[in-house]
Amino acid sequence: MEKIEFNYPEAKRLITKRAHVGVVGSGDMEVLLEPNSEEGAHVFITTSVNGFGDAWRSVFDRFFSKFDGAVRIYINDAGATPGSVLLRLEQAVEVIEQ
Amino acid sequence: MSASILIPDFVNRKSFIELDARARAQSLFDEGTWKELVGPFDRIESPWLAKQGIAPQFDDGCVVIKGKIGGSPAVTIAFEGAFQGGSVGEVSGAKMTAALDLATKDSKAGKPTAAILLLETGGVRLQEANLGLAAVAEIISSVLALRQHAPVITIVAGTVGCFGGMSLVAGVSSYTIMTREARLGLNGPEVIEQESGIDEFDSSDRALIWAIHGGEQRVGMGLADLLVEDDAGKIAAAVLSCVRKGVPEKHRTEQVELYRARIAALDTSSQIDPATLRQQRANTKGGVR
Repeated sequence: MEKIEFNYPEAKRLITKRAHVGVVGSGDMEVLLEPNSEEGAHVFITTSVNGFGDAWRSVFDRFFSKFDGAVRIYINDAGATPGSVLLRLEQAVEVIEQ
Repeated sequence: MSASILIPDFVNRKSFIELDARARAQSLFDEGTWKELVGPFDRIESPWLAKQGIAPQFDDGCVVIKGKIGGSPAVTIAFEGAFQGGSVGEVSGAKMTAALDLATKDSKAGKPTAAILLLETGGVRLQEANLGLAAVAEIISSVLALRQHAPVITIVAGTVGCFGGMSLVAGVSSYTIMTREARLGLNGPEVIEQESGIDEFDSSDRALIWAIHGGEQRVGMGLADLLVEDDAGKIAAAVLSCVRKGVPEKHRTEQVELYRARIAALDTSSQIDPATLRQQRANTKGGVR
């Protein structure tokens, strides 16, 4: 198991809603997306698969290149592929943008 | 009836099995009456899984929702089968016990509160061993307290099924609702095969497994009460009917003499087949309420 953290200080848009999607089942993960009390976004990942920090970084770089929001993202992961991770993140965004 | 009428019904139904634990629990309540307690945003996770290198879940795989069913107060406790096999750990067990105890407290105060247990679980979470076992004991004692005042309704919808310590919880509940896809048993097929050999029980033989543990057989033998299609609307209707029935006159586990006599009467000199057993049991007085 590995814990990974990222910061995206350039994410500034104020977010008011929160979202929870996904299940920590094999090949899947859950996301909690909450408004951050200050500017910038923070990502906290707990994953059962070690050694994929760079892949996580790439996924979140891509995610925050399109999404602007001062949020805290918490993830529990049970081996979701990068594609599934992005889909879950987009699903969470869909919930808060509704 | 022609196929063109049958197929749309089947295709258009809202599957209950395909919903996750949270959506299953929500689907049972009157619209706009429910509220989740100790949800994922509270982030009360298992403190033991991370120490063993396993990613936890924010709600520890246990969803507690309070609301109204048919206008009556009810609480639903749902286990998420996709997370660690729906297993019961310290946190998920405590959530369930606390919810049941609050329902008992409300019921005693003159507000009968039914509990609906959605059990998709392999039983105790092995990583939390003794704490999980203690949780099962607490849950059973809380169900026994509540069921005197309000019905405790277990739903085993599938596809995980309900095994281990949690099958005992299903056993002590007032009513058990199953689908044809669901399984209910003390030891899971793979455990039996592992402990007693493939000659005893072949866990890859699906026809055999479902003939013994499956919903149709369990209801047919009077060990569960209602066999319902995998349809969210029909399951909600079945739950409502159980809520309306209220506390049964006599719970299954109070019929000690009946079940003792059944075990005593078993003829083990030859292999007993599931169909014959069901025929015998279905006709036994008191087996099916």
